[in-house]
Amino acid sequence: MTEQTQGSTATKPSEEITDVVIRLAGDSGDGMQLTGTQFTAVSALAGNDLATLPDFPAEIRAPAGTLPGVSAFQVRISSEDISTPGDIADVLVAMNPAALRSELSKLRQGGMVIVNSDGFEERDLDKAGYDANPLTDDSLADYQVVEVPMTDLTVRKVKELGVKGREAERSKNFFALGLLCWMYSRNPDDLRAWIEDRFAKDELIRDANITAFEVGWSFGETTELIPVTRSVAPMERPPGTYRNINGNTGLAWGIIAAAQLSGLPTYLGSYPITPASDILHELAKHPEAGIRTFQAEDEIAAAASSVGAAFAGDLAWTTTSGPGMALKGETIGLAISLELPLVIVDIQRGGPSTGLPTKTEQSDLTQALFGRHGESPLPVIAASRPADSFECAIQAAEIAIKYRTPVILLSDGYIANSSEPWCLPDVEDLPDLSTTYATGTNHTGADGVEEFWPYLRDPDTLARPWAIPGTPGLEHRIGGIEKADGSGDISYDPDNHQAMTDLRAAKVAGVARGYRKLEVTGDSEDADLLVVGWGSTWGAIAAAVERVRSAGGKVAHVHLRNLNPLPEDLGDIVRRYPKVMVPELNLGQLSMVLRSKYLIDAQSVSKVAGLPFTAGEIESEIHKMLGDDWSDR
Amino acid sequence: MSTTETTTTPVEIPSTTRADWQSDQEVRWCPGCGDYTILAALQFALPDMGVRREDTVVVGGIGCAARFPYYMNTYGVHGIHGRAPAIATGVALANPDLSVFVIGGDGDLLSIGGNHLLHALRRNVNLTILLFNNRIYGLTKGQYSPTSEQGKVTKSSPQGSEDAPLIPLSVALGADATFVARTHDMDRKHMEEVFKRAHQHRGAAFVEVLQNCNVFNNHAYEQITARKNREDMIIPLTQGEPIRFGPDGSKGVVLDPKHGAVVVDTADVSEDDLLVHDEARDHPSVAFALSRLSPNMDEPTPMGVFRAVDKPVYGERNPVTEQPPGRQLITDLLHSGSTWTVD
Repeated sequence: MTEQTQGSTATKPSEEITDVVIRLAGDSGDGMQLTGTQFTAVSALAGNDLATLPDFPAEIRAPAGTLPGVSAFQVRISSEDISTPGDIADVLVAMNPAALRSELSKLRQGGMVIVNSDGFEERDLDKAGYDANPLTDDSLADYQVVEVPMTDLTVRKVKELGVKGREAERSKNFFALGLLCWMYSRNPDDLRAWIEDRFAKDELIRDANITAFEVGWSFGETTELIPVTRSVAPMERPPGTYRNINGNTGLAWGIIAAAQLSGLPTYLGSYPITPASDILHELAKHPEAGIRTFQAEDEIAAAASSVGAAFAGDLAWTTTSGPGMALKGETIGLAISLELPLVIVDIQRGGPSTGLPTKTEQSDLTQALFGRHGESPLPVIAASRPADSFECAIQAAEIAIKYRTPVILLSDGYIANSSEPWCLPDVEDLPDLSTTYATGTNHTGADGVEEFWPYLRDPDTLARPWAIPGTPGLEHRIGGIEKADGSGDISYDPDNHQAMTDLRAAKVAGVARGYRKLEVTGDSEDADLLVVGWGSTWGAIAAAVERVRSAGGKVAHVHLRNLNPLPEDLGDIVRRYPKVMVPELNLGQLSMVLRSKYLIDAQSVSKVAGLPFTAGEIESEIHKMLGDDWSDR
Repeated sequence: MSTTETTTTPVEIPSTTRADWQSDQEVRWCPGCGDYTILAALQFALPDMGVRREDTVVVGGIGCAARFPYYMNTYGVHGIHGRAPAIATGVALANPDLSVFVIGGDGDLLSIGGNHLLHALRRNVNLTILLFNNRIYGLTKGQYSPTSEQGKVTKSSPQGSEDAPLIPLSVALGADATFVARTHDMDRKHMEEVFKRAHQHRGAAFVEVLQNCNVFNNHAYEQITARKNREDMIIPLTQGEPIRFGPDGSKGVVLDPKHGAVVVDTADVSEDDLLVHDEARDHPSVAFALSRLSPNMDEPTPMGVFRAVDKPVYGERNPVTEQPPGRQLITDLLHSGSTWTVD
């Protein structure tokens, strides 16, 4: 089979392309996320640059064939360096009428739509809300339509293996995968190897999926509907070892790495919540790495147990999403008061309330900055892409340990689930996060007795000592009640409260001294407009800025990882350019902060649709703000 | 050093007295509060528990009782309202060698923190949980609590509370707690013995301490715990013995299929009918029946260890490498699965 398929691809002409955006859509139960992920994985192995956008509903299985049940996965593969999954698809694979109806608007005019033509009976059309069959009523005239009876072709072959009825139909996503792999000249051996591994436990399903994959591949070879195959050359990359990574895995591995780099036993208290649960799942697999995971009874216990673990000397983490963050607020306040290392990870999703659990948003920034009782500053870090989640987790741990403070690490649903190639860091270059627990007394009392003061601060970092239970002579009590500076005894003294509030703020402000210098990209010298971004908007902003610059616009881009305290060089940068734009997936939270802190007229560009910005959206906003007449271009 | 080992190798533990367990902080409960005698009982009992001060952690939530950690010369965390069992769970999981006490009131542990209490108990986390039940909110100055009797008139229930009270021991047994006991603040010796037993237990030990709030709920348990009433009103639970109390053992407890455990005149039943106390019964139903005696704390009330069974301690089933192995692990992890190299 291998020889035959590989040999005969040559029978059709092959066309070299630089870039293609493919969107796969089907029922939630059709396995489109798996199909997309595997197409991505083999494309990564082929050396392409890539970016993905999983786009799925919150319901596990909405009624089959209906619009709410449609699950989509967009992947862009390229021979060039790309930063977004593409504004619009070139190819749409629609597994049923609902998928076609729901996703057609995301396909460019003239694009190719590959339709599973089985299941376009009247009942199926009804469920999708079609009055007439779109395959026969000319409504797809603007597209290149490839009708493929995927279900029928799959079932016929798979049945020969002894797989029955519905089970046989379930392999049809592998037919689609086979067809796509043929179309884009992917290496079928990579796919076969993966299927064999993934379905090793059930030989019948394994063989059914391999068969369906091969039937899809053969269909491509023989059909007259697709006359050419396409190939996307590998991207020229700096030397190194690469892997495909999604944000949640990168972040989880950053947590594992921080454990090794610090030598600290590591504790994750977590409660399942979309889209953060995969971090808990990944860490639960690694007790050998010194990671203990605790699935708590609720979000509050997840955070509170992490505070307890931190008190006992662990590097403690808690992972959640927006609603869980809200529940953890009081506990984070306690951690600020206790001045213990703790990292709170918020994989942001659409809100308020349950909002859009599977969709992305950046609307927890103000919650992260201010969402607690009292004056309670803490460092806030945001990952900007899957490939920097690892490093962000390490930086969060580094700050938490060094300053004995809770740190909030923000990611979002888009970063969490999308993937891209990642050049693996040299582990020897990763920072040393080791720290020391207090081992002896640190203060001589008025009576000459040596004692331990839990709030006697390091003069440089203002961090307090970390004295852990089990250490003789350092027994001490800490709590949420205001403490006397130094001794840590309960104190209701007005001047002391002022001093402690100021000290806590100064400690967090001091974190900025450790930042790397900000990098301004684009026309950093003479831009007419600076785009300030944070988090997952990085890709769309970077692509938009490049497009505008290649059209002659003068634009610069600075992207913030550290949102509190803000970098010390940011003030100079934002004041250097005539105009400042802040695109965010919220109603202008960072722009509000920048306006208030730097007294600049930062303009918010806002999107709250549960989806990332496209590069085109930001590009068009940049043109508007530059005053260019976009329609002339 | 596990709890079991410390109790079997006390020679390694430096000898201490009550004073060693007292912190330098001024105790700030109201004069006459039952909490003073509970604090004293624990500090008197600790020298016999075979534990070092540095290996002891006391965790409180919020409330009068929850201030307890400040007064103990041990490691301590005064947390936030209701969350002490969760904080303590993190402490106990991070370092299984520690003796971790959770101290809270009926509001802290049964109202705002009820969920955490249930889960700490059902998981059998290695904690000693002391619930001081004064049936009132003290620190907020006198509102009804989840254990207040129905009809209780307080500032927040001027017409009398409508809420049915929780019975703390029934709640604990409902969560299948492996150690469940009751004691009271008028009997220091009894408290000390119960605290020692609770500490000795591996897993989650739950102790209800009947405690008088002389400011907001004075004489709450006087009908039972006043010295003159004890003989008639306290049912002592003694392992392996038929349950009898009252003058000359004139009262006893029998199991009744309709009403669970009931108090009878021993003259009316044969000795064989009396319930023989067995705290090690695997099934919690008999202990539960005993916990339902005197639901309003105005009838003969059992005191002592209701249940003590041996179950695996939380965290032991899935061990974790104590020390992260180091950088090589990161390299191996990053290079696991599919990677490709560009030269």
